[in-house]
Amino acid sequence: MTGPVGPPRRKDPTRRTRLPVTPPGNRSREAHGLAAMAAAGRFALQCCRRCGHVHYPPRQLCERCLDGELEWRDVADGGRVLAETTVRHANDLYFRERLPWKLGLVGSDAGPSIVAHLAEGCERGRRVRLALHLDRAGNAVVAASPERDASRDDPRLREMVFDPRGRRVLVVDGTTGLGRHLVEAFLASGAREVFAGFSRPWNRSPDLAALRGREGVSVYPLDVTDTDAVEKLAALIGDKVEILVNNSSHVRMGGALDRLDFNITRQEMEIHYHGLLRLAGYFGPVMRARGADGPYGAVAWVNMFSAWSLVNNPELGTYSASQAAALSLSHCMRAELAAGGVRVVNVFAGPLDDEWHQLVPPPKLDPATVAARVVRGLERGLEDIAVGAVAEEIAHRLAENPKEIERSIRL
Amino acid sequence: MSGTRPPGGTAPRTGYDGVAVCAPVTVPYRRYSIRSAHWFCGQALAGLLARAGIGKDEVDGFCVSSFTLEPDSAVGLMQHLGVSPRWLDHVPMGGASGAVALRRAARAVQAGDAEIVACIGADTNHVDSFRRTIATFSQFANDAVYPYGSGGPNASFAFLTDHYMHSHGAEREDFGRLCIAQRRNAAALPHAMLRRPLTMEAYLTARLIADPLRLFDCVMPCAGAEAFLVMSTERARALDLPHAAILSTMERHNAFPDDPIQVRGGWAREVDSFYDMAGLGPGDMDLVQAYDDYPVICFMQLEDLGFCARGEAPALVRERDLTTAGDFPFNTCGGQLSAGQAGAAGGFLGLVETLRQLTDEVLGTAVEGARHGLVSCFGMITYDRGLCSSAAILGRSGA
Repeated sequence: MTGPVGPPRRKDPTRRTRLPVTPPGNRSREAHGLAAMAAAGRFALQCCRRCGHVHYPPRQLCERCLDGELEWRDVADGGRVLAETTVRHANDLYFRERLPWKLGLVGSDAGPSIVAHLAEGCERGRRVRLALHLDRAGNAVVAASPERDASRDDPRLREMVFDPRGRRVLVVDGTTGLGRHLVEAFLASGAREVFAGFSRPWNRSPDLAALRGREGVSVYPLDVTDTDAVEKLAALIGDKVEILVNNSSHVRMGGALDRLDFNITRQEMEIHYHGLLRLAGYFGPVMRARGADGPYGAVAWVNMFSAWSLVNNPELGTYSASQAAALSLSHCMRAELAAGGVRVVNVFAGPLDDEWHQLVPPPKLDPATVAARVVRGLERGLEDIAVGAVAEEIAHRLAENPKEIERSIRL
Repeated sequence: MSGTRPPGGTAPRTGYDGVAVCAPVTVPYRRYSIRSAHWFCGQALAGLLARAGIGKDEVDGFCVSSFTLEPDSAVGLMQHLGVSPRWLDHVPMGGASGAVALRRAARAVQAGDAEIVACIGADTNHVDSFRRTIATFSQFANDAVYPYGSGGPNASFAFLTDHYMHSHGAEREDFGRLCIAQRRNAAALPHAMLRRPLTMEAYLTARLIADPLRLFDCVMPCAGAEAFLVMSTERARALDLPHAAILSTMERHNAFPDDPIQVRGGWAREVDSFYDMAGLGPGDMDLVQAYDDYPVICFMQLEDLGFCARGEAPALVRERDLTTAGDFPFNTCGGQLSAGQAGAAGGFLGLVETLRQLTDEVLGTAVEGARHGLVSCFGMITYDRGLCSSAAILGRSGA
């Protein structure tokens, strides 16, 4: 794997599709702390609460003062390559199929020496920027890139991010306000083709009309509550989808006691939970099988969730509950898709500034902002993307005290 | 070089008077085996008993080192071997285990805790066992090395070699000279994995493994065992066993944690007290065995143990003749680079070979008139550096 990846090429149907294998996934409990940092795009290492000593690899106590409490802190992400090698013989199948593979021992500015994947341009003696990424098995790894002008086409780094460039993307509900912006953001990021699903053929949306003529975009009917429709579309384009974005959403106000309306709650579950299940069942297996299908193989499944999937907002109580159900299902899918090296990315967005959030007070999000953040997150390889002040605050407060937010989240 | 720590202990050390090392035993190496590590340990013990002419029950101490006994340790092995020792040690130090086992056993004998200690380093090598060993080598390796290219020790030593070459201007040919000389020493060793002479051209143009390392820089994993006995000099004489004396030993672990990359091992911290104990210096050594899974680590041992200044090992291998007939006999059975790396037995190879040379039980070629031999051991790269360093000086009995 040297030199930039070339442009995507038409697949030769006579050639066998390479089966996905994943890099070694045996990690300690402590090391999974790195995954939490990688998922959110942070470069954080364990620091001693008492003496501040920075540690790597992860462990349970301070090597300097033996204090038993280490905490994850953001640290300087610079470093210098002390030594480098190009591995040309690997004992693991994943790397064996991707040789040669460049590695370095990097003296980090934060302190520890770190074995890291090296992007092109990171030679011995050079300054580099370190980042935590999730590898194809979904585990955290450290990668070093040149301080300036890191290439998006580096073959090793591409293994650790979900870059849309050159890939084909299905946006479920691609003709909503947010869907339309997602389509544009993917095109701007260099997606090879975008498939936009639309669920309401009776709705003469100007967004739908605009997308129909858009170059690089094709529009398909796709109602996630209709099993046959999902199956039909999967049969048509399922083997071409390398990034799937589930943007289906059904926002209705109301809680459990004052609005006993099972039509609404059934619809919420049909769209958020069963809809995701249908997509998973028909698109998931093909994507999982195509995880190693060349440099542009299937790479990510993106769920557009509300931040209230993380904690129930009683004003949108049943909506939050159905989002939480879907969020739980996404964790199941993450484990299942991992076998193919396909990662599940969950986006937690604050309320959008649209008609369905009319009664929700600001701050509300411009769909264009959300779309840009999602695509940028995929380019960086983030697993959890919190968009907007509301979502970020919910994440922080949940980490700090879930009982507090449970009691005070009302609008 | 930051974080230089104070030298080793300052309290006076008791010598190993009255302790004898004897009965060098090698279970011939093979590339792969369907036998277990238990089998190789058992064959080694049988070899020790036959060599010493004693029964199983007379061995009352065991010191064992092996990677592939899992899920057993030395404990379960005792039941396999049907022995009931009153002193048992398991040394999980891989390449550093030989000299460590020796110094543990010597103290036990000296103190009367055991009379005859069998020190055994043994491993098997099934078709997939090397991959399994390196894939689960340590927590740090699992978390922070193996998922990076899965190159195992090849990648780790590639870093050390790359850094050494650029710090000291060493050339590939310098490492080649060492490998070629060792191969010549292996020519007469019947069970060596690699015995055919190695040319510089073949060395320089061999298949790249992990730049700058090529094929002949890397040990070949194999199955086998090395073993020896430790007992009182009196007992050795009574058994009519040729034996060697222990003049000094050392061990040091995780010696320089603040060095950003390994440029030295624990030998550098212990070197003065190590030679003081023997009352000898580097110039008194008639032969040197250094742990050699990759040539760069030989260079560090030569430097740390005072055979040359830091960064001068390339000049040493250019100027001296490392063969058994030369002026600096080094890894006189060809080392692991020729004989193969039988797992933890690799940590015993240098010690057993030194013992053979000093008791005239050589399998390959003898070094004429050798009286003092230094053996240096190194092992356990659990993350970015080898943690365990050990060494010993053996003397011909009566020398």
